Amino acid sequence: MRVVIAEDLALLRDGLIRILEAYDCEVVAAVDNGPSLLPALVEHRPDVAVVDVRLPPTFTDEGLQGAISARRAIPGMPVLVLSQHVEPLYARELLTDRAGGVGYLLKDRVANVAQFIDAVRRVAGGGTIMDPEVVTQLLARNVPPLAALTVREREVLGLMAEGRSNGAIATKLYIGEKAVSKHISSIFTKLALPPSDDDHRRVLAVLAYLDV
Amino acid sequence: MDSRDWIREGLRAAVSGATAVPLAVLNIPLFVLFVVSLVLTPVLGLGLVLLPLVTKLIRTRANLARRLAARWGRPIDRPYLPRPQRAPLGGLRHYRWIMRDPATWRDLAWLLPGAVLGPVLGLLAIVLPVYGVEGILLIPLLISLGTDYGYGVIWPISTLADGFLSLPQGVVILAIGVAAAPYPRRADAWITRLFLAPTRAAELRLRVSQLTTTRADTVDAQAAELRRIERDLHDGAQARLVSLGMTIGLAEELVGADPATARKLLAEARETSSAALVELRQLVRGIHPPVLAERGLEGAVRALAMALPIPVTVTAALPGRLDTPVESAAYFVIAEALANATRHSGAGAVSVDLRHTGDMLLAGVTDDGRGGADPAGGTGLRGIERRLAAFDGTMSVSSPPGGPTVVTVELPCALSSPRTSPSFETG
Repeated sequence: MRVVIAEDLALLRDGLIRILEAYDCEVVAAVDNGPSLLPALVEHRPDVAVVDVRLPPTFTDEGLQGAISARRAIPGMPVLVLSQHVEPLYARELLTDRAGGVGYLLKDRVANVAQFIDAVRRVAGGGTIMDPEVVTQLLARNVPPLAALTVREREVLGLMAEGRSNGAIATKLYIGEKAVSKHISSIFTKLALPPSDDDHRRVLAVLAYLDV
Repeated sequence: MDSRDWIREGLRAAVSGATAVPLAVLNIPLFVLFVVSLVLTPVLGLGLVLLPLVTKLIRTRANLARRLAARWGRPIDRPYLPRPQRAPLGGLRHYRWIMRDPATWRDLAWLLPGAVLGPVLGLLAIVLPVYGVEGILLIPLLISLGTDYGYGVIWPISTLADGFLSLPQGVVILAIGVAAAPYPRRADAWITRLFLAPTRAAELRLRVSQLTTTRADTVDAQAAELRRIERDLHDGAQARLVSLGMTIGLAEELVGADPATARKLLAEARETSSAALVELRQLVRGIHPPVLAERGLEGAVRALAMALPIPVTVTAALPGRLDTPVESAAYFVIAEALANATRHSGAGAVSVDLRHTGDMLLAGVTDDGRGGADPAGGTGLRGIERRLAAFDGTMSVSSPPGGPTVVTVELPCALSSPRTSPSFETG
């Protein structure tokens, strides 16, 4: 798998390269600032980009803006955004093109290497992965249409937002996979999501979560 | 101004004029009392006690005049020097504080002219309306027939028809009187201000003492904040890093002999590191939220709104970024107001409005909750006021029982730079 990295702190950049290469990813470019991200992505067309939100020169949200404009320039370009803090607001901005292939995780999650690599692969494959922290913040809200969901359905939706598969959700909640599918179709109905392929609906369900 | 406002204003002026007369007359005994206590100072030191008491009365009277003038568009600040510490009534220190304050003598200089001009201007405001009412009630008719009494342009009233003519005249006179009444009141306010407003020097003195207080508060708050951060780091992240180092060291020792335990220790170390990160993140949020640095006030408030359990609508018209300290103060103030709204008000929805007009940031937080919030209670609000005071900002809370609660914050500040998109919008 070919990866482009944007991270300004050398220590973290090297760490990311080391971890990715240990798991058979090829880091084709590693940039340390916002303005060189888009040219690198256009040039290398990687399978996935791993991008830090805060980058030079402004040290604000250069990386996030870069990721969003990259997806505008190259539609569907898979991007995994990392940050020291997560904001549902940023998650929503990342997801507005509704194309999938988006991850948004705390940098802390990289420490769990196996899970991190799994997240990279799933984003590269078009999946949507939100940090549990984003999900927790949103679970606290009690506004329509989410108010219509049962507690269990909310749990399932939260785990879907984290990018977990039906099997993983079943294991986590100690229920059968069949029960999970039932919950998910009930969620789709309650959120009035149009029928389409399952992956895409998952993205839409997460968006419904964020749009409120 | 529509006619109802105009009538209300005129009636208010008439009432204000009527009360001004007896109030102004009070000035005379106050003046006499002051002179007497001044003269009595050498006699057994009676003045040491009397003069401060009389001054207190005079200041109460002058402050009332200042407040009344404010109602006619002439707000007047209080010019008095703050009372020094350890200056009990009857002591020399207290006496000196009063005698050395130029405002004491300016008040005194106002008492007599005020006693003359006050009633004159007060009467001017009420004479015509009262005369008009007299005509409307046909009082001239009742008392005039057979005497040489008259009304308006008819002197004397000799026939019944003449008497009834006082009715339309009265209406006209009342209307003119009500329309004219505010003018003498405004003149009175203007004169009061001339005498009782702080001089430039007094204004500066007040400003200095206010700045001294807010600076001391700010410095205190800052020191307390730093102490809190130090303690949080020391007991939190720092301690966790120490434990992390020890765990990894132990794992290093065991990696050859007991790889299974070493692996367990390393997993533990990873968990410790993420706990340290969680703590640091919370600490950073409390110091300066990253989203505020990245997106400015509007973005940070929007991000905050998304994390609240009830729907929050944010409207904002900020054409640029605010200075960082002001931005941070405004953010924490709004965060506190939003927290109060979601926690205590029972509101179903909250709205935040951010605007910048002139050199002022205006922020309003409105909830549809049950109201009845008391700004005097609650340490959160005091903290807000202290934060705002450092920037000459103010906060007001309107919360009638039944709601809605509106918190309004005003912060003087300039917009530092027009908003620029912080990146390469090429797509």
